[in-house]
Amino acid sequence: MATIEYKGKTFSVDEDGFLENLDQWCQEWVDYVKDSEGIKELTDEHWKVINMLQDYYKKNGIAPMVRILSKVTGFKLKHIYELFPSGPGKGACKMAGLAKPTGCV
Amino acid sequence: MHKTPLLDQLESGPWPSFIKDLKRVAARKKPAADLLGLLERSYKDKITHWKHGGIVGVLGYGSGIIGRYTDLPEEFPGVEHFHTVRVNQPSGWFYTTKALRELCDIWDEHGSSILNVHGSTGDMIFLGTTTPELEPCFAKLTAKGWDLGGSGSAMRSPSCCVGMARCEWSCYDTMDLCYEATQNFQFEMHRPSFPYKFKIKCSGCPNDCVAAVARADMSVIGVWKDDIRIDQAAVKAYAGGELKPRGGATPYAKLDVQADVVALCPTACMAFDGKTLKIDNKNCNHCMHCISLMPQALRPGTETGATLLLGSHAPILEGAQMSWVIVPFMEMETPYEPFMDLVANITEWWSENGKNRERVGELMLRLGMRAFFKGVGLEPPPQTVKTPRANPFFFWHEEDFEAEAAGRKYIK
Ligand code: HEM
Ligand code: HEM
Ligand code: SF4
Ligand code: SF4
Repeated sequence: MATIEYKGKTFSVDEDGFLENLDQWCQEWVDYVKDSEGIKELTDEHWKVINMLQDYYKKNGIAPMVRILSKVTGFKLKHIYELFPSGPGKGACKMAGLAKPTGCV
Repeated sequence: MHKTPLLDQLESGPWPSFIKDLKRVAARKKPAADLLGLLERSYKDKITHWKHGGIVGVLGYGSGIIGRYTDLPEEFPGVEHFHTVRVNQPSGWFYTTKALRELCDIWDEHGSSILNVHGSTGDMIFLGTTTPELEPCFAKLTAKGWDLGGSGSAMRSPSCCVGMARCEWSCYDTMDLCYEATQNFQFEMHRPSFPYKFKIKCSGCPNDCVAAVARADMSVIGVWKDDIRIDQAAVKAYAGGELKPRGGATPYAKLDVQADVVALCPTACMAFDGKTLKIDNKNCNHCMHCISLMPQALRPGTETGATLLLGSHAPILEGAQMSWVIVPFMEMETPYEPFMDLVANITEWWSENGKNRERVGELMLRLGMRAFFKGVGLEPPPQTVKTPRANPFFFWHEEDFEAEAAGRKYIK
């Protein structure tokens, strides 16, 4: 486990830089990921995605399937990549403070 | 270099050894040395020392790179990160030596130098690099015209047999379809959005050299509609021993046409009276047995295309399943619109109805063929019945009853 210091806050993260615990999530974390993911300005659309991911995660304990994210937010997948260049998993889930989605090769 | 007595034993057999290969790389690359050390440790501890997959990638792509970390980074720092880069292979795996050198140079600079040529998805696999090397490696690859392949819940890099480039049996241009499908599904390959993986594999004939029937969600297998072409003089030459069976690739000097070919035809649709070979083509199931044994005497017909089959996968609980015929015959002509549209319909139906990590073949079985055909807009063809005359039940749709009541006589 690694730790990240940013604007006076300390976060513990896994090897891919995902928060170990959603309780640590705060505005500073969002700013930190925003910089590291190369996002210029956060818009309402970014927040719509973040809020949806957090709601779903709190209810279900896992990140939603990409299709559900698209449906609920109304954003096409292409647009989600425009908002979060590293994609819904590596970008949006990380910024929303979710645990690392389990991937498959 | 770590001491690796357990691994060293693997070099002792008569076969090529991956240990020998890795040691050669380990002499100049720390990750390869630590990889050997870690593997030796796993053999000793009888447990893997790789963590569950990580999430890494390059900007704009949700797939193509598979994150790997060891749980013993202090002892084996060279494999603390050991990510895999999937490089989309060219159709049929044809490379110029120049292209191979370029790939090797890029990987020598940005990774462990260890390659897997090729992975079972089809891609060229770069094994082992660190997160900071990913973007520069990707930039070098794209500058030379390469791209990443699929990974995760995405369209995987389509793959194909060598087809018309090398093989007289190819019933359609597998390499062209593979290339066009790769281009057509770029978004789906690089931006995972399916319930799970989806693989397209294209074989030119039922010999199925890429094992599409067992390894692809969408198996495209070349086939002919008309009759097997027979050269009776060549049949006689095989019977007389002037021509060697299977182009000389068997231990047998002479073919016994009756015993080796006719008697082993799975549908018993051949006859040979010592002079003339007859085939009842209506009952031929295109297994390729006779053609493969007597390539100079028999050839596939000339009305060619492909059979589409869906759903092979190997789930742990139910065991491996082969793909199931969904379209008995489709013409395969560029730009393959009917094929591309069908794949799009299938992935849409599956994304809409599938559960997380449910392959399309599992969904097809769960909801039934009836729901599948309706969902993707295909007519149910009789060829989908696996054992004809043993499945007398067809579950009609409500509309069918209504249509009958309204006077419809036959289903078209
Ligand atoms: C007029 C009387 C009957 C008619 C017209 C009739 C008709 C049928 C038909 C059309 C089938 C399907 C055949 C097939 O699988 O190809 C069937 C199956 C069957 N019938 Fe009958 N049946 C009759 C009486 C009976 C009776 C009295 C019994 C039992 C005491 C019976 C037991 C079965 C069973 C067990 C099957 C299933 C066979 C299988 O799945 O392989 N039937 N019947
Ligand atoms: C311990 C007792 C029984 C066992 C373990 C058993 C098991 C089975 C199994 C495994 C099937 C095949 C199901 C399928 O593939 O869909 C089947 C079908 C059938 N069984 Fe039984 N069965 C038993 C008793 C009975 C009895 C007592 C009857 C009739 C009185 C019966 C009538 C049938 C019929 C008609 C079918 C065919 C159903 C169809 O094809 O749709 N079974 N049974
Ligand atoms: S699958 Fe058929 S066409 Fe393709 S290489 Fe094999 S034998 Fe030839
Ligand atoms: S291809 Fe197979 S089924 Fe057809 S005639 Fe030859 S051996 Fe028989």
